[in-house]
Amino acid sequence: MRTILLSLSLVTCLFWNAAVHAADPDERLADPLLEARAQEIGAQLRCVVCKSQSIEASDAPLARDLRILVRERLSAGESDAAILDYVAERYGAYVLLKPPVQGNTLVLWLAPAALLLLCGIAATLVLRGRTTSPAVAPLSADEAAALAALEKTAADTDTNGADAAR
Amino acid sequence: MRRLLYFAPLALFLIAGVYFAIGLTRNPTYMPSMLIDAPAPTFELSPIEGYTEGLSSADLQGGVSLLNVFGSWCVSCEIEHPVLLSIAAEGVAPLYGLDWKDKPGAGAQWLQRRGDPYAKIGDDADGRVAIDFGVTGAPETFVIDAEGRVRHKHVGPITPEIWATVLKPMIEDLQNADDPS
Repeated sequence: MRTILLSLSLVTCLFWNAAVHAADPDERLADPLLEARAQEIGAQLRCVVCKSQSIEASDAPLARDLRILVRERLSAGESDAAILDYVAERYGAYVLLKPPVQGNTLVLWLAPAALLLLCGIAATLVLRGRTTSPAVAPLSADEAAALAALEKTAADTDTNGADAAR
Repeated sequence: MRRLLYFAPLALFLIAGVYFAIGLTRNPTYMPSMLIDAPAPTFELSPIEGYTEGLSSADLQGGVSLLNVFGSWCVSCEIEHPVLLSIAAEGVAPLYGLDWKDKPGAGAQWLQRRGDPYAKIGDDADGRVAIDFGVTGAPETFVIDAEGRVRHKHVGPITPEIWATVLKPMIEDLQNADDPS
C-alpha cells in the first residue's frame, strides 16, 4: 500500500512539474494570476514547429518567442481572446488547438453528433426488428403429427446407446 | 436487402481507405499563409552589424520584390544560399533579407564568408517581424508585389527548379501586370 501511494505521489509530482514549469523561469511573469492566464492561453496555442504540442509544452525557439509575446501582451492589459486572435491572425486558425466553428471545420464539429445520431438510428432499427419478429404460428395438425412421430423415434433411439452414439 | 447490409463494413472500410489514401498524399507540414494578397506587415528593422542600411516595410513598395528569411544558425539556408546568389546576379527583382533570431554579428559574419545576395537586410533579433509574417521556420521566401502585398510564400530552400518554374515566372507576371507596356 505504501509503495503504491509513494509511486502515485511521484507520478503526480512528475505531471505537476510538467504543468507548472512549462515556461522557463526567466519567462514567467511575477504576477501569479497573470502567469496562470498566460499558461492557459499558451496551452490553447499550437506550436507551429512541432504541430502536436502547445507552445506552453514545446521547447522550440519559436514557441518560446510566442510565450514571451503572450506574456507581453497580457502585461499590456489585453484580453485572452484578443491575444488568441492576434496569433491566429498571423498563423491562421490552425494554431488554435480548439478550432473555431467555421466553414472548413463544420465537418469536424458536426461529425461526432452526426455519427452518434446515425448509429442510434441504425441500432434502434436493428433492435426493433428483433423484438417485432413475427409471432410463431401454432403448428398445424399435420405438423403436430410429424413432430410427435419424430419425438417418438428419438426416444426410441435414446434407449439404444450404441445407435445414439453413432 | 438484409444481404446488402453485410457489405456495409466493407463499404465503410473502402470509404475510410480512400479518405486516408488521399490524406497520405498531402503534405502534413503545409500551413497556408494568412498573408496571401494581404499587405505585408509594417516594420522597421535596424541593420545587422557592419551594415549601414536596415530594412523597413517601405522598401517593399514600388516594385516586385523578394523577402527571404534566413539565419546563420539555419542549415537549410546554407543549402539555399548559392541559389540566392544566382537570383541576385540575375537581377529580376530585388532580394531583401530578414536575419531571423541571430546573435549580434553572426549574420554578417555568415554573409561575409558565403557572399551577400541581399539588397538590404533587417536584423530581426527578437523574431517579432517574423511572427508578424507568420514565419514557421527558415528559410522562407515571400514574393511581394509593387503595392507591398504578399502574393506568395515559399517554405523551405529555393531550389533552382523552384526558382525557374515557380518564383521567376510569378515575378515576371507581376511585373508585367504592373507595367503593361
